[in-house]
Amino acid sequence: MIRLFTCVLALVASATHAETLRLAVTTSFHNAGLAEILLPAIAEDTAIEVQLLVVGTGQALRLGEAGDVDAILVHARTSEEAFIAAGHGTHRREIMYNDFVLIGPRADPAAIALAPTAGDALARIARTESIFVSRGDDSGTHQMERALWERAQSAPGGDWYRSVGAGMGAALNTAAAMDAYVLSDRASWLNFGNKAGLELLFSGDPVLFNQYAYIPVNPARHPHVKHELAQQLEQWLTGADAAQLINGYTINGTPLFTFNAQTRD
Amino acid sequence: MGDIWEGLASGFWLVVTLDPDLVAITLMSLRVTVTATLIASCIALPFGAWLAIRRFRHRRLVIAVLNALMGLPPVVVGLIVYLLFSRSGPFGVLGLLFTPTAMIIAQVIIIAPLIASIAHQAMRDLWADYHDLLISMSASKWQRVKTLIWDGRRALLTAALAGFGRAIGEVGAIMIVGGNIDNATRVLTTAIALETGKGDFARALGLGFVLIGLAVTVNIVIHTVGRTEREGKW
Repeated sequence: MIRLFTCVLALVASATHAETLRLAVTTSFHNAGLAEILLPAIAEDTAIEVQLLVVGTGQALRLGEAGDVDAILVHARTSEEAFIAAGHGTHRREIMYNDFVLIGPRADPAAIALAPTAGDALARIARTESIFVSRGDDSGTHQMERALWERAQSAPGGDWYRSVGAGMGAALNTAAAMDAYVLSDRASWLNFGNKAGLELLFSGDPVLFNQYAYIPVNPARHPHVKHELAQQLEQWLTGADAAQLINGYTINGTPLFTFNAQTRD
Repeated sequence: MGDIWEGLASGFWLVVTLDPDLVAITLMSLRVTVTATLIASCIALPFGAWLAIRRFRHRRLVIAVLNALMGLPPVVVGLIVYLLFSRSGPFGVLGLLFTPTAMIIAQVIIIAPLIASIAHQAMRDLWADYHDLLISMSASKWQRVKTLIWDGRRALLTAALAGFGRAIGEVGAIMIVGGNIDNATRVLTTAIALETGKGDFARALGLGFVLIGLAVTVNIVIHTVGRTEREGKW
């Protein structure tokens, strides 16, 4: 019993304390695998240990609002601007972009590969009532999907529309199992390990542009947030090293993100 | 079937090569759950014994509530602990959110009713046997509790292990309050959820087999150290 107790004590005492910064990121960013490249480089250059909280954009904004993270990296412009307007964040800094793509069964029963626009592609899915998996978690991807349904001028609903309320990977797994259509960001799709009978069917419409932005949480609202570290990280993320790593990140030869941060004087 | 074999192979390799990530994640799982089980046992075992010998008004109600709390949904516990320890919550100043401590607190809440309930069942049966003897010796309440706990220690061990079992496999609460942060609060169950999300089923399943192996090992070790189920040592 005493031995067991000493073991437990040793385990409890082994906590480490470095300069850590908590960053809430979207599941699509994390599933793309870029974090595994960036975090070690950040640790080396700035000595900041970034702790990632991988959540949907909706939850990321809530974490920032509550002051539970020091900064957020998300991709839903309207929500981000509302977040800044409400005073929860100091400012919004664009870092990089990629694009959304429509994934579906290889046979493509709704023929979305022939659609001229993304809105039309969704309208075709609705018309043929092909199974469509929606994130349904108020994430950036989900917000983009809702905007696309508006463009398609059709309200999704009914038996064929499956809202799973889960992260990007889980939604792709569900779509793979049901041979369904799904909206994904390009990076998550390329990095996804369980493609089964799914294929990338539609991409390239400019409305599918997917901008990632970095927002430090407002220290005036939450005095405990590590604002200086958040600024240091912003400096690094918008610098030349980050540009090189982000532009250079490829999966099977396909680049996933394009760096587009503006340098500031 | 192919995925399951790949999972087995992946789990085997993870263990054989002592994958550093795996070791860190497994230690974190053990640290959180063992601590939670110890704390919950310290609260729940005496409470279960006390409930068995003490007669008071609303005792039935307390027992019924305790039994109902065995099925406490972890996700709800996680959400409540999150709201309490969020920077905007009442205990926000402690800065405990997304730390192992917060995960331990959530697990204690989840498993304490389970341990107390099982302990109470066992103690009640034992108390029926010991009642006359202890009363005739005019033992005090505290002495009765102590006697029951000592003589029922095997059953209490089972109660504690049931709590351990529920906590080690729990994912809903610790995902919310721990945040599944790499190198900080990632444990086996949240890592499995993460790998499944990436579509990497082999690695997810490999971690799953490690988790099952860990639970079995801990139970065997406890039983060996406790010398239960041996001849003449019931």
